[in-house]
Amino acid sequence: MSHRLKALLPFALFALALVAVQFTLRATGREYCLTQLTMSLYYAIVVIGLCLVMGYAGQVSLGHGAFFAIGGYTSAVLTTHDFSRVNATAWAGALRQACLLVAKDDLYGNQIVTASPWAAFLAAMLVTLVIASLIGYPALRLKGHYLAMATLGFGLIVYKTVLGTALFGAADGINGVPEWKLGFGLTVSGRSALRVENYYVAGALVLVLLVLLRNLIHSRVGRALQAIHDRETAAGAMGINTAAYKLRAFVLSALLAAMAGVFFTHYTGGIGPSEASAFKSVRYVALAASGGMASLWGVTGMSTLLNYLSFRGLFGSYDNAVFGVILITIVSLAPEGPLKPLGLWVGRLVGMRSTASQTKQNNGDTVERVPTTVI
Amino acid sequence: MTLLEVKHVRRSFGGLVAVNGVSFSVNPGRIKAVIGPNGAGKTTLFNIISGLLKADAGQVTFKDRSITGFKPYQIARAGISRTFQNPSLFFQMSVLENVMVGRHRRSGREFAACCLRLPGQPKEERSIREAALAQLDYVGLAHLAGFPAGGLSFGQRRMVELARALATDPELLLLDEPASGLNTREKENLGALIRRIRDRGVTVLLVEHDMTLVMDLSDDILVLHNGTIIAEGSPVTIQSDPKVISTYLGGEFRPPEEVELALLTGERPDTAPGARVVPTRSSPVGEGAVR
Ligand SMILES: Nc1ncnc2c1ncn2[C@@H]1O[C@H](COP(=O)(O)OP(=O)(O)OP(=O)(O)O)[C@@H](O)[C@H]1O
Ligand SMILES: [Mg+2]
Repeated sequence: MSHRLKALLPFALFALALVAVQFTLRATGREYCLTQLTMSLYYAIVVIGLCLVMGYAGQVSLGHGAFFAIGGYTSAVLTTHDFSRVNATAWAGALRQACLLVAKDDLYGNQIVTASPWAAFLAAMLVTLVIASLIGYPALRLKGHYLAMATLGFGLIVYKTVLGTALFGAADGINGVPEWKLGFGLTVSGRSALRVENYYVAGALVLVLLVLLRNLIHSRVGRALQAIHDRETAAGAMGINTAAYKLRAFVLSALLAAMAGVFFTHYTGGIGPSEASAFKSVRYVALAASGGMASLWGVTGMSTLLNYLSFRGLFGSYDNAVFGVILITIVSLAPEGPLKPLGLWVGRLVGMRSTASQTKQNNGDTVERVPTTVI
Repeated sequence: MTLLEVKHVRRSFGGLVAVNGVSFSVNPGRIKAVIGPNGAGKTTLFNIISGLLKADAGQVTFKDRSITGFKPYQIARAGISRTFQNPSLFFQMSVLENVMVGRHRRSGREFAACCLRLPGQPKEERSIREAALAQLDYVGLAHLAGFPAGGLSFGQRRMVELARALATDPELLLLDEPASGLNTREKENLGALIRRIRDRGVTVLLVEHDMTLVMDLSDDILVLHNGTIIAEGSPVTIQSDPKVISTYLGGEFRPPEEVELALLTGERPDTAPGARVVPTRSSPVGEGAVR
């Protein structure tokens, strides 16, 4: 039982930290900061998903910005596009019955019919599932970093498509995305009255996903993924269908990115083409690396923090460059992420020699411990 | 009845024919050894049987079913497990977790069940852990369960790898040089362990250079040289086979006692006059090159 409690402790601490941050901001009269923090939490979901692909399946995706955008754009289009022309058909009636289509007034007071946010969410998941499978299937049957190349090309295609298509609002993106009534009285919306509520919605979503991924990692599937990452040949010889597992991990992680995109788009009321740019995808990789790849907590913390700082404008016009520098620094100086060496260093300062010596033993096999390479 | 049947298997790398039309069979419940000088093609043969390499020609049949062209995971699921010439553990994991990976094909919960801990999943997880612990205990390393695999000694790594292979509950176990790098005591333990494995019904096919171990352990021996089989039979016949003698001792005839001595000490006078033995390489190829 105490083992169980120990496993729950970090999640409780995370929840506590969320609450503490909100109370501190309220007390200091800076509750407006919660908006950017909420957006950072949604971005963190993308990075958490990427962590599964990079830290566990040992593959690099340079297309997670594109998956985020696919999620966001799918729900933005479906919830803003007017379907009244097909409204009279029989199947539209059925969709209305199922609450998948809803009638409402647009900005100018005209009656329009759009997809409901939940329907759009399901559609976004389906689209992502299909696209990620199509990209991942050929790339992941091969050994090596073919996925990085395939997703890089794919990301560029998505970016250019979004930018050049009127349906996607071209360079302006899509605005006027309605709020999303989740049920249980919760609404994903950027209204300032719902700021605190939305902060907790995002926080709870991250928390739930972390619990699910922790379960996954400490399971048969998680071990299989780690085995593939460590030694693909031996993993195959143990009866693991390596190609199928890599594909499933990649698709799952793409779904998480798209899901973050859907929430983000409803929260901010729109989405623009910059979300699909290669800069964003590289940023996610940098954030995953900065959190230590295989450490869910490190990744969540670092990614929320750095994205928040970026939103606060701390990096000024060097914003994208900063993330490039972070990536280079980590790959060359601390491939396992800065947190572990930092923790060791702090530990040594405090005089916890036992921890240090144990980890040294852990590292005894230097040749075999090939750090997760990026790109 | 035969468990494994290898027919006319051939594999070349560039111009080099590593395995050249090899045919043999393995009977259930036996320990069969494959011996031969460095570069004879032993590991290549194992890689073909376990699906890591594709044969250019020939068939492999396991339990009367063709497994030619199967992927490694399919072959593992058919009931063949293996260890590698270089112990190939998952170094980021603990010893127990390594062995737990071996239970993969004996369990079945997938992504959704594991994420959501659906009914039955925690129970399956417990049974995986118990089976892995039992396997570790079997090779005498239960006390190292929580230890990081990267921190083990060479001999311990070999044993964990063996436990991991056993955890799949194989019918046929392929061991590629299980004794290399072990000290005398570890080798003795290994010999006893392999015999116990055979006695519990697992058929063993092993590649080994240590002739004491091979002669002591094997029911049958297969001698491979330059990719072809030059002799096959019981340890006694192999020790007096003229072809084997010339392969190991360099052409000229020697009395059987001397041959046995040379075989026992593992002496391979590759440089002896008239020897047609492929030069010794220090680092084994094969497994690594597959990546
Ligand atoms: N992947 C590969 N690419 C190229 N050549 C290879 C490869 N694998 C093996 N070889 C060559 O095939 C021949 C047989 O190699 P193999 O590893 O099967 O020998 P072995 O009998 O296992 O030797 P050892 O006792 O040293 O392990 C060698 O000449 C080797 O150089
Ligand atoms: Mg070999």
